[in-house]
Amino acid sequence: MSDNELVASLVAGVEGATIEEKRYASSATTYHMVGVPVDAWVDVVTRARDVGFDTFIDLYAVDHFSQAPRFEVGINLLSMEANRRVLVTTRVPYDNPTVPTVTNVFAGANFYEREAYDLLGIVFPGHPDLTRILLPDDWDGHPLRKDNPVGSVPVQFKAGSVDL
Amino acid sequence: MSDITDSTGEVTNDVIGDDAQSGETRSVEQLRREVHEVWVSGTEERMPFATATDEGAQEMLPELQDPAASIQQGLAIEDDYLSKPTVDPDERQIINMGPQHPSTHGVLRLHLELEGETVRRVKPIIGYLHTGMEKTAETLTYAQGSTNVTRMDYLAPLHNELAYSLTVEQLLGIDVPARANAIRVLMTELNRVSSHLLWVATQGMDIGALSMMIYGWREREVCLDFFEKTTGLRMNHNYIRPGGVAADLPDGWEADVVNLISVVRAGLDEYEELLNENPIFLDRTMGVGVMTPAECKQFGITGPLARASGIAWDLRKTNPYCGIDQYDFDVPTGLHGDVHDRYTVRMQEMRESLRIVEQVLESMPLGDYRTEDRKVTPPPRKRLDESMEALIHHFKLFTEGIKVPPGTAYQSVEGPRGELGCLIVSKGGAKPWRMHWRAPSFAAVQALPVMMTDSLMADVVAALASADPVLGDVDR
Repeated sequence: MSDNELVASLVAGVEGATIEEKRYASSATTYHMVGVPVDAWVDVVTRARDVGFDTFIDLYAVDHFSQAPRFEVGINLLSMEANRRVLVTTRVPYDNPTVPTVTNVFAGANFYEREAYDLLGIVFPGHPDLTRILLPDDWDGHPLRKDNPVGSVPVQFKAGSVDL
Repeated sequence: MSDITDSTGEVTNDVIGDDAQSGETRSVEQLRREVHEVWVSGTEERMPFATATDEGAQEMLPELQDPAASIQQGLAIEDDYLSKPTVDPDERQIINMGPQHPSTHGVLRLHLELEGETVRRVKPIIGYLHTGMEKTAETLTYAQGSTNVTRMDYLAPLHNELAYSLTVEQLLGIDVPARANAIRVLMTELNRVSSHLLWVATQGMDIGALSMMIYGWREREVCLDFFEKTTGLRMNHNYIRPGGVAADLPDGWEADVVNLISVVRAGLDEYEELLNENPIFLDRTMGVGVMTPAECKQFGITGPLARASGIAWDLRKTNPYCGIDQYDFDVPTGLHGDVHDRYTVRMQEMRESLRIVEQVLESMPLGDYRTEDRKVTPPPRKRLDESMEALIHHFKLFTEGIKVPPGTAYQSVEGPRGELGCLIVSKGGAKPWRMHWRAPSFAAVQALPVMMTDSLMADVVAALASADPVLGDVDR
C-alpha cells in the first residue's frame, strides 16, 4: 500500500473529508493534512492508530475567528513503520466548541486537551480531568482566542492584597 | 490537607465520635466542618479564596474512580515492578515536591502520594513559568519571531530557532544556500552537545555524583564560548533566522571547533571513567524509571528517551533537514528504557554529534550564509548607497516585514529532548496568525507518572532528571 493509499484509507467512507499533501522545507519528504467532520473525529483517529499511526505527537487548536466554523482542532500522528506523518484536523463552531476526547485512544492526549481547553476554550467531553493546566484556576477567559487581545489581561493574584 | 480534600464518599459516611450523653452521632464530615469553622470562620467575606478547599486543577482525582482516571495517573499501561498496595488508603500521605525543589530544574511541582517510601501516584503540576509566548508570537513579525522562540527551550535555543525558521521557509517555499545549511547543522549539533553536557552534569548531581556537576559545566563552557563568539550571546542567540543565519562564522572558527572537539571528547572520557563503573551510580540508575516502547508511543515520547527504550527513531535520519543526510552518523539506542540507558544513549549521542561536527568542518561549502531572496533577507548595507531597489527592499523589510503566503505548515527537528515541532497558521501578511509548539518536555512531563508510579521516593529524583524537562519549554 503506498503512502497516499494509506492516508486515503483513514477517511474511506467519511463524508466531507479533505486530504492535502505538503512538502517539508529543505527536505524531499512530505506529510498529509486530513480534514474530517467532528462527528468522525474519534473514528478517524482510532482508525489511524490501528493502521500504524500509533505514535501520538501533538494536539493543537487554532482560532480562525472570522471564518465560519471558528475553531480548528488538529492531532499530529506518526507512523514509524511507514515513516509518514498525518495531521488530522476538524472544525467546530463558536457556539458549540466541543470535540469528543481522544484520551481513550491516546493516553498522551490528556495534557494537550487540557492545554487546548485552557488557552482556547475547546471542551472535550469524556476527558478524565478537564481543568486548566497552564493558567490559574480562577483565570478569566481563554487567552489564545482572537477576541482576547494582548494588554487586556486583568491584574491577577489580587487575593493577598485585600484589606482585612 | 490531604484528608480534607481527598474525602471520598465511603470515608465521610463512617460514623464516629459517638456522644454518650445526647446519643447523637456526628459524621466525619460534621467534625471537619466544626474544626473548619473554628479556624477559618468569618473569613468568607474578607477573603473569598481562604475557605476554598477545592484544589481545582491541582487536585488528585479519587483513586480508581473510573478507568479514565488511570490515564491521569499514568496507570493506563502497566509494567510496574513493585507490588500493588496492601495498605489502607488512609495511611498514605500526599507531599508536594517543588515548585522550588532543586532537582526539578525549574518550577515543576509534583504531587506525590506516598505509602511509606513507595510512590503510589504522581501528578505533575505545571504552569508556573507560563508567559504566553504563543500569544506573543502573534504580535511579532516573522523577522522578530526567532527572538521570541529562542527563549522557549533555553538549553536548546538554536533548535527552537531552526524549527521556527524551517516552518517559515516551508510556508515561503524557499530553500537556503548550502553554506547556511552547513552552519545550521554545525550550530545545532554543538547545541545538542552543550545541552547533553548540562544534562550529564545535573543528572550526576541529582543522584549524588556532585563532582559531575562541575565537570559537565566546565566542558559546556567551551561550547558556550564558541556560541558567544559566533552569535554574540551565550544563550537566546537569535542566530538562525528565516532565510539562513544572521552572520557568517567568525574568523578562525575552524581552530575553535577543533579545540572544542578535543576538549569535549577528553571530557566525555573522563565522565565515563568517573561514572561507568561506579557502583552507586549503577545502583541508582539501572532498572529505575522504566518506560516501554508502547508507553513512549502513547505519550509522545521521542528523542533520547524513546531511543533508550529501543525505538530507533531519529528525525535526522527519517526526515533529514538541512542536508544532514550527507553526513555519516549512527543512532544509538538502548534496550531497557531505564535511567542508565538514557545516560548511555546521551553519552553516545554527544560523540555522534561531534562526528557530524568534524565532517562539517571538513566539508564546509563556500558561498552565501543566507538566501539572496530580497523579499526575505535585507540587502548588504553597502548596496543601499548604490541601488534604489536595494533601498526599497530594505525599507519594506524593516517596516512591513516578510510577507508569508496563507497556509498551515508543520515542521519538526530532532532537538536534544526529542521531536521539537513548530506549527504556524498564516493568513498572509507579516505576522503569524497562530503559532503552536510541540514541545518535547511537555510530553516528557506528562509521562512522569508512568516512570515514577510504584517506585521508591529516591528514584523519583533520578527518573525526573533522566527525563530532562526544561520548564521554559513545558510552559512556554
